[in-house]
Amino acid sequence: MKGAKDCEGAPAVRRWSPLSIAAIGSLVALLALLAFGPAYLGSYLTDRLTTLFIYVIMASMWNALAGYGGLVSVGQQAFFGLGAYLAIRLSYAGVNVYLALVLAPLIVGLFSLPLSSFALRLRGGEFAIGMWVLAELAHLLVNLDGLVQGETGISLIAISAFAPDARRSYNYWLALGMMTLLVVLGFFLLRSRTGAAIQAIRDNEDAAASVGVRVFATKRLIFVLAAAGCAAAGSLMLSTLVSFQPKTYFSVQWTAYMLFMTLVGGLGTFEGPIVGAVLFFLVETMFADTGVWYLIGLGATALIFSLFVPRGIWGTISDRFGIQLMPVGYRLRFRVPSNAGATP
Amino acid sequence: MWEVSARSHEMSERPNVLNAAAIVKRFGSFAAVTGVDFQVGAHEAVGIVGPNGAGKTTLLNVLAGTYLASAGTVHFEGSDISHLDAASRCRLGIARTHQVPRPFANMTVFENVFVASSMGGGHSRERAYEGCIASLQLCGMLDVANRQAETLGLLDRKRLELARALATDPKVLLLDEIGGGLTDAEAAELVAIIKQLRARNIAIVWIEHILHVLLQVAERLVCMDAGRVIAEGVPEVALAHPAVIEAYLGSGVT
Repeated sequence: MKGAKDCEGAPAVRRWSPLSIAAIGSLVALLALLAFGPAYLGSYLTDRLTTLFIYVIMASMWNALAGYGGLVSVGQQAFFGLGAYLAIRLSYAGVNVYLALVLAPLIVGLFSLPLSSFALRLRGGEFAIGMWVLAELAHLLVNLDGLVQGETGISLIAISAFAPDARRSYNYWLALGMMTLLVVLGFFLLRSRTGAAIQAIRDNEDAAASVGVRVFATKRLIFVLAAAGCAAAGSLMLSTLVSFQPKTYFSVQWTAYMLFMTLVGGLGTFEGPIVGAVLFFLVETMFADTGVWYLIGLGATALIFSLFVPRGIWGTISDRFGIQLMPVGYRLRFRVPSNAGATP
Repeated sequence: MWEVSARSHEMSERPNVLNAAAIVKRFGSFAAVTGVDFQVGAHEAVGIVGPNGAGKTTLLNVLAGTYLASAGTVHFEGSDISHLDAASRCRLGIARTHQVPRPFANMTVFENVFVASSMGGGHSRERAYEGCIASLQLCGMLDVANRQAETLGLLDRKRLELARALATDPKVLLLDEIGGGLTDAEAAELVAIIKQLRARNIAIVWIEHILHVLLQVAERLVCMDAGRVIAEGVPEVALAHPAVIEAYLGSGVT
């Protein structure tokens, strides 16, 4: 026990607030409820929510990379496409199809390790464009694989062995599981001491190095996480679409979606991309039938947000009310000396 | 290393903590530093003065590992650190501040210092918290700990540079014009903090144009011009050196 004198006025670091604890609690409850989704949602909603989970992965991973790591990439479709491609490859090599869907992102994560040695030498705009070039390169290389038959593509036939209802449930659970895993992983990484170092690099790379941050190794960590995460999204997307055509999966539209969700939700806030993904999902569900107007609407929304709501929906709310539901930062609290004694 | 002790006069009983020998730093064909020997004794406070373009900041960057020297060696506590990068040198105990403050703008003041303490200082979370609170307190920044660094004014940004460097638990602190752009009263606040560091046995290398501020702390002055050391010694002697007077005032002044 410290004496009262030690406690009076001594600041303490607080990371959780009652609000954020309540929010995490509700989130866990929601996830538990969603875990039984296929039992009560019906086939349409089960399919749609599977897509939502994939969107949450995409947005969260792009935000981890760009919003926290400062590594703005327009080439994340490289990993999205490779995730799907590897799942096809593994499945055709005789690996159980659901195991293939899980293994593919892990292998892409490993593959991104040597790749990062080249990619992370580029800075700022060079990195963004360099990643796009890399995605095009990956696209072309995958096209060379005879199995894929060029742009004709190939289907994940092995998944058809499962009855449609069973397949729908498995896809849903796989997506829910991977989303939970990746978001939780991202949360703990960004909350860790390394997470603070990642943000320091984003804000000023040279200053980060001068206070002891190993810049390259730290950047690599977030690069690999985002690569594996985007590959997981690609592999999951394959499980729902079944057919694989390189140009669909290596399309820059996936990164555009990630960008849209993150910017609208709130770049560099942990909750933002999740909000953005839900919003994007709702808009898509309601307006996707309107074809080209839907795309124009998306573009206009992104424009309006970047001009007038640069912090995004959640960023604006968080700034305005000073709230964090999933806190990754640090707040110093000053214990007020009182007659009743120090409060914990 | 022993050739240095022959050169260094009053420091003979104090071992050098930082020892740079025959440092050359070229940028393309331009040599910003041309053969500089520079030592810092344990707990010593050294000031570096000289006109703009003399190579002071370049020398500091070579000591900090921001640049690797084109030629010459840097030893820290007896081991060769010539090829170590800035992050590794910081972890060993060489911290620095920047002439133009470089805060982590989108992080809070506390988080800025926390990165330094946990990475440069290598501290666990709890130890880092204590270290951060201590350096923020020393630098008078506890009341702005939760502010975004981008909202700080110049004096607070300079203080943050100092607090961040201190949080890495340095043995040598390299200060690059930390008084620049401040009023006398503001500079005096920083001097008061830096004097407290001297009491904690942190060696200081301080580049500063404002002499009367520097002289409150520096025990020894190193005067540079055109990439070389033109004079060094106790302040009164170094400043009286004809080469120093010429570098500052031009020739023809008697």
